[in-house]
Amino acid sequence: MIKKVRPHQTQNEPLIFERSSPGKFGYQLPELDVPVVDPQTALGAANVRTEIPHFPEVSEVDVIRHYTRLSTWNYAIDLGLYPLGSCTMKYNPRVNEFVARLDGIAWAHPYQPQQLAQGALRIQHDLEMYLAEITGMDAVTLQPAAGAHGELTGILMIRAYLEAQGDARKTVLIPDSAHGTNPATAAMAGYEVKEIPSNARGLIDFAALEAAVDDSTAALMMTNPNTVGIFEEDIAKVAELLHSRGAQLYMDGANMNALVGWARPGDFGVDVMHLNLHKTFSTPHGGGGPGAGPVAVKEHLTPHLPLPRVVKDGETYTAITQAAGSIGRVRAFYGNFGVLVRALAYTLAHGGNGLKNATLDAVLNANYIRKGIEDLYHLPYESPAMHEVVFSDQRQTKQGIKTGDIAKRLIDYGFHPYTVSFPLIVHGALMIEPTETESRQELDLFIDAMRSIAAEAEADPELVRGAPHSTRTSRVNETQAARNPIVKWEPPASQ
Amino acid sequence: MYPKDYRYTKEHEWVRVAGDVATIGITSHAQDQLGDVVFVELPAANAKLHAGQTFGTVESVKAVSDIYSPISGDVVEINEALIDAPEKINEDPHGDGWLVRAKMANKAELDSLMSAEDYEQYIAAETES
Repeated sequence: MIKKVRPHQTQNEPLIFERSSPGKFGYQLPELDVPVVDPQTALGAANVRTEIPHFPEVSEVDVIRHYTRLSTWNYAIDLGLYPLGSCTMKYNPRVNEFVARLDGIAWAHPYQPQQLAQGALRIQHDLEMYLAEITGMDAVTLQPAAGAHGELTGILMIRAYLEAQGDARKTVLIPDSAHGTNPATAAMAGYEVKEIPSNARGLIDFAALEAAVDDSTAALMMTNPNTVGIFEEDIAKVAELLHSRGAQLYMDGANMNALVGWARPGDFGVDVMHLNLHKTFSTPHGGGGPGAGPVAVKEHLTPHLPLPRVVKDGETYTAITQAAGSIGRVRAFYGNFGVLVRALAYTLAHGGNGLKNATLDAVLNANYIRKGIEDLYHLPYESPAMHEVVFSDQRQTKQGIKTGDIAKRLIDYGFHPYTVSFPLIVHGALMIEPTETESRQELDLFIDAMRSIAAEAEADPELVRGAPHSTRTSRVNETQAARNPIVKWEPPASQ
Repeated sequence: MYPKDYRYTKEHEWVRVAGDVATIGITSHAQDQLGDVVFVELPAANAKLHAGQTFGTVESVKAVSDIYSPISGDVVEINEALIDAPEKINEDPHGDGWLVRAKMANKAELDSLMSAEDYEQYIAAETES
């Protein structure tokens, strides 16, 4: 039974261009009380447009209503559980927003002289310290703008380090359960990628790794817990093996939400790792950004950290922009500063014990869901789940129902879908990550929905295959959209 | 379903040989798993293929997948029709949906590939697990 659903408020909404009405405008500005300057004279005629073709002419209320109506087609963490596995869609606490909006922080400018930006520099310095403490690493850069950007920064540092030793080496090893960004990163950094298989328990196949590591191996990129939500228990042995061959261990920290306060990658042998502040540290995912992907390193890699680096001398903070050995700048100014502020607010608002509890709750919630539906959905790996749990659609495919169909039916039940068909090592994967945000009531509603859909898959497969039914549009033609995308609005011919 | 005179790889490519020219494509099982193909990236018309190495990609609504060459040799022709009509791979994977033709360097490589019967058993086992 559908207990929670949110039909779309507005069924139809034209494009803002189509709302345009000639001569309409939002504001009437007072007459100038200074001499008029001709923009063509001031800026050069070539830089001044006389007309912007089809610029929408609308009033303020038109704009507000247009975007508010569009927003009702969307789903957000502020509406309910957002179980998108691997993405860690946790609640963004309002205290983060309060702090980020304080005048001195919100209005800081990157060209402000450093002596007038001591607070902003201290925010970065303190966050670096806390992240180093949480990860067990020696130093942190906050510059990268997202996880994949952090990966590239980390691998470029490994390359710089190995080059300084005399040989950048040739290959990067990556388990077959990895995020797709890992091989992309290695290739971008000029390395060949070699895939390492997983074993029957969903963990890295240690024997296969042992056979693959040699003098051409620059690094292994490993996610821990991995994308199946299982802790890689051989991690210390893996680190030892790599180090014995002069290779480095990179950890993709996308799943750090399962470890914070309980296990530190620096303690189990990791040399470089990134964190996703928009996952583990509760900053918004935004519309695909901005995020932040700080990178933490061990002492031997610190000379290669990107610039600028914030250092503290007595009570004075300085951003250093020159350093021999550094891989240079990876981002303009100081990274996504507003995101960094929110992550620091989250860390300080929770404190050590709060962060530990958040980790426990994230793991508890994932296991609560696992227990709640494991009799109805196939569980490909029996190993204990950490912060997320991966099922497969094996049982439902007998009725012709695939993971994507179940996901679409969840929309009718008022939930955002889980992650579909990833990780690739699980055929027809359902990847569910509730995070610590959810109460038992919300988890029960979700379990109830998943159980109900499993029953529908048996009794009325067409209902599931045709979902969603409560949304403004049902299934879109993804093939047509990918083959012939229409990405540009054209005015009707009559205008 | 799977033509008897073709040979098959574990990565779900097929190869058909006429004289010393091999035609290569992806299997019906592969296109079914991928879903609707929306883009194909093929090698240059004079590229070299190496058995077991990738020579292009197939992009579907679900994923981008590498295509591995079953054999080594020199590309003599690519299926230009796929550029505008990648759906041919879904519609006729073992025929009009072929990807490249190559002059084979070593016919003995065919011996390590699967027969239609072996391939059908292979995908049955893969779907089970």
